[in-house]
Amino acid sequence: MILKKYSTSITICLALALFFTIVQLGISGGLISGYWVTNLYLMGINIILAASLNLINGFTGEFSLGHAGFMAVGAFTGGIVTANLGLPFPLAVAAGMLAAAIAGVIVGLPTLRLRGDYLAIATLGFGEIVRVVLMNIDYVGGASGLMGIPEVVSWPVIFISVVLSLLLIRNFICSSHGRACLAVRENDVAAQMMGVNITYYKVLAFVIGAALAGLAGVLYAHYYSIIQPKEFSFMLTFDVLVMVMVGGLGSLTGSVVGAVLLTIASAFLQAIPELRMVLYAVLLIAAAVFRPQGLFGEKEVTLQTFKRWGGVFSGLAGHKQAD
Amino acid sequence: MALLDINKLTKNFGGLVALNNFDLHLEQGALVGLIGPNGAGKTTVFNLLSGFYQPSGGEIIFDGKNLKGKHPHQITKMGMARTFQNIRLFGNLSVLDNVKIAYQSVVNYGLLPAFLRIPPFSRREEQIEKAALNFLEIFDLRKYAGEKARNLPYGEQRRLEITRALATNPRLLLLDEPAAGMNPQETHELLSLVRRIRDEFKLTIILIEHDMSLVMGLCERVLVLDYGSLIAEGSPKEIQQNPRVIEAYLGDEEVAVWEE
Amino acid sequence: MQDLLQQLLNGLSQGSIYALIAVGYTMIYGIIQLINFAHGDVIMVGAYVALGAALMGFGFIPSLLMAMIACAILGVVIERVAYRKVRPVSRLAALTSAIGVSLFLEYIMMYFLGADIRTYPPGILVGRTYSLGGVLITNKDLLVLGTTLVLVVILQYIIFRTRTGKAMRAVSYDGQAAQLMGVNVNNTVAITFFIGSAMAAAAGILYGIYFNSVQPLMGLMPGLKAFIAAVLGGIGSIPGAMLGGILLGMTESLVAGFGGSMYRDAVAFIILILILLIKPTGLLGKGVQEKV
Repeated sequence: MILKKYSTSITICLALALFFTIVQLGISGGLISGYWVTNLYLMGINIILAASLNLINGFTGEFSLGHAGFMAVGAFTGGIVTANLGLPFPLAVAAGMLAAAIAGVIVGLPTLRLRGDYLAIATLGFGEIVRVVLMNIDYVGGASGLMGIPEVVSWPVIFISVVLSLLLIRNFICSSHGRACLAVRENDVAAQMMGVNITYYKVLAFVIGAALAGLAGVLYAHYYSIIQPKEFSFMLTFDVLVMVMVGGLGSLTGSVVGAVLLTIASAFLQAIPELRMVLYAVLLIAAAVFRPQGLFGEKEVTLQTFKRWGGVFSGLAGHKQAD
Repeated sequence: MALLDINKLTKNFGGLVALNNFDLHLEQGALVGLIGPNGAGKTTVFNLLSGFYQPSGGEIIFDGKNLKGKHPHQITKMGMARTFQNIRLFGNLSVLDNVKIAYQSVVNYGLLPAFLRIPPFSRREEQIEKAALNFLEIFDLRKYAGEKARNLPYGEQRRLEITRALATNPRLLLLDEPAAGMNPQETHELLSLVRRIRDEFKLTIILIEHDMSLVMGLCERVLVLDYGSLIAEGSPKEIQQNPRVIEAYLGDEEVAVWEE
Repeated sequence: MQDLLQQLLNGLSQGSIYALIAVGYTMIYGIIQLINFAHGDVIMVGAYVALGAALMGFGFIPSLLMAMIACAILGVVIERVAYRKVRPVSRLAALTSAIGVSLFLEYIMMYFLGADIRTYPPGILVGRTYSLGGVLITNKDLLVLGTTLVLVVILQYIIFRTRTGKAMRAVSYDGQAAQLMGVNVNNTVAITFFIGSAMAAAAGILYGIYFNSVQPLMGLMPGLKAFIAAVLGGIGSIPGAMLGGILLGMTESLVAGFGGSMYRDAVAFIILILILLIKPTGLLGKGVQEKV
C-alpha cells in the first residue's frame, strides 16, 4: 500500500540515481571529454537559470529581463565569500542566494507598478546597472574581474543543485502559493478579488527567481574561478529567455529541455564560431514564428505522460503484430 | 446592526463626478438591485466597495469596519466578493483550480510547508480540494473540473465566476451584470440560481443589471442611479412608475411624450 | 561656464542622434506595442550602406539617401518576416523574434565584414572647427543638428499633413477601430517600419561620422538608449522622443564631462528607472486609466 502510494517518487529517485551514477562513472572513467564535462555543468547552470526565469515570466506572468543581474549579484557575492574572505563554499552559496534575493526585492518592489514591456526594459536596466557598478568596484577586481575563486564545483554539486532547485520550484508551483502566482498571471484583478495579495506574490516570484539565479551565479563562479562583469550582460539574459521560450512559458519540463537543447546546440556551433550566432538567431526567429508557445506550451512531461506514450507504443507494437 | 453602511460616497475622476453623495444601508440578507443608464456610476459603486478605487469623499462601513485604505484582497478576506461585468476567469487554469484559488482565502498554509511538503501541506491541500469539488458539485460544474475555464460555454463561465466568488466565503456578494450576453433560458436559470444562493448561503446581495425582468423578479428593493446620483429608491413596483426613472431611461420628456 | 556650454553642445549633438533613433522606436512601439530590439541594428546597417556608398566616392547626401532607402526596405522586410505572424499570438514571442533579428543582423555583418572598426573616408566631411566665445563647434555638430532638423520637419509633415500620417495616427490610437473605418492596418504598419527605419539609417550615418567608427555592434547601446529616450519623452509621442533624446544626450554628456565617465552607460538606465517610477507615461505622454 505504502509502496504503491510512493511508487512515482521511488521511480523518479531511482532514475535520477542511475543517471547520476552513469555520468559520474563516465567522468571518472574519462569517457566524457573535458569539453563535454564543461558543457554538462553549463547545462546544469542553464537549467537553474531557465527554470527560475520561467517562474517569473512564465508562471507569474511578469516580464523580467534582469536575470543576468541577479546571477551577477550571486556570482560576485559568492566569489567574495570564498576568494576574498576565505570562507567555505556552502557559506558562499547561502550568501550568494541571499544577496540575489535581496536584489530581487529591490527590483521587484518598485517595478510592481510597471507592466509588460516597461517592466522588461526596467529590469534590463537593472541588470546593466549591476554590471557597470561591478566594473567600478576595485574590491572585486573592476573590469578585469574577480580572480582566484576556488574551483570546487563538481558533478555532484551541480547535480544536487539542479535537482533541489527544480524540486523547490515544482513544489512551489503545485501549492496554494503557486496557484496564487498563476492567478496573478491569468487575471490580476480577479486574483485580488479572490483574496490574493498580488503585490506579495509578484515580489515573491522575483525573490525566488532571483535567489535561484544567484545560486546559478555562485556555481558559475566556482567552476570558472575567474568572473568578469562583462560576462553578465543582457546577452546572457537573452540566452536564458530563449531557453524558456523554446521550452514553453509556464512549463518546467519545457525549461529543462530548452536549456539542454540550447546548451548542446551552442556547444556544437562553437566549432563554427563565425556562423554560430547567425544560426542561433535564425533558430530563434523560426521558433518564435512557427511555434510561439514553445515546444511544450504549458504542458508538463510527467511519469504519466511516459506511461501514456508507453501505452501508445505497446498499442502500436500490438498493431504491428496483428499485421 | 447593518451589514453595510455607505455614507455620502463620492468619486471624482479629474473634473468628472462619477458618483455623488451616494447613501446605502443594507441589513443582513437583503437583495437589492442597482440600475441606471450606461455610465450612471453603477460599476463605480462596486469598484469603490471592493477597494479598486479609493473614494474622493464619504465612507464605507462594512460589518462595522471602515474600508478606508483597504486593498481588494483584504476586503475579500473581510467577507465581500464580486463578479465582473466582463467575465474575469483564470482562463488557462482548470475549473477546479479556479475555485481552489478562491478557497485559499478560507484555508491556507505557509511557504515552508509548500516548499518542503511538510505538514500541514497535505492535509490542507486535501481540505482545499475537497471543498472546491464540493462547490463544483453544488453548482453542477463538477463534470468540467479538469477542463480549462476558457473552454466552458458562456453561461457556465458566468456560473463558475459566481461559484468562485462564493468559495471565498462572503457575507456580501456583488454581482455586476450577471445576465449580460445570456439568452432568456440562461437568464431564467440565473434567476433561480441567485435566489438559491441567497437562501442557502444566507447572503446579502447587490445586483447590477440591465435586464429589467431579472431585477424586477428578484430584488426587494431597487436603487436607480443617473449621472452619479441616486434618483430613486423603492420597491420594483414603485420604481417602474417613478417619472424620474422613466425620464432617465428614455431621455428628456419631449422624447418620452413622442414615444407615447 | 565654458566647460558647461561645451558639454551641453556635445550633448545636443549626441542627443539629436538619439532623438532620430527614438523617433523610429516610438513610432513602431506606438503602432504595434513591440519593443523593436532590431531597431538599433538597423542603424548599424545604415551606417555600413552609407560607408559603402562613400567609399565608392559618393558625397554625404547621396550616401545618406541610399542608406535611408536600403534600411527602409530592410525595415519592411523585418516586419513582414519576423513580426507580422507572431504579433497577434504572443508579445513575448514577438519580443523573442525581435531579439533574434537583432542577433542575426549583428552577426551576419560580422561574418561578412569582420568585427574591425571602420571609418568614413575623409572626403565625406572635411573637419573644421569654429570657436564661438571659447566654445568649440565642429562642422560635425552642424551636420548632425542640420540633418536632424530637416528630417524631423519632413516627418512632422508626413504625420500631420498627409493621409498616410492620418492612417498611422489612427492605427496607433486604436488598431481595430481603424480597421473598421477602412484603414489597411498591415500596410500602415509596413509604412511605419519604412519611415522609422529610414530615420534609423540617417542616425546610423550621423553616428558613424560623429564618433568616427562603424562596426557590427555599434547599434546596440544607442538603440537601447534611444528606447529609453522614447520612454522618457512618453512612448508614442514624437515630440516626446525628440525631447527625451536630447535630454538624455545632454545628461550623459554632463556626467561624462564632470568626472563620471565610467558610469556613463548606467546614467540612461537610472534615468529610465526613475522616470518609470515617477511618471511612467513619460514627460509628454498621455495617461491611460486602466478599466476594472
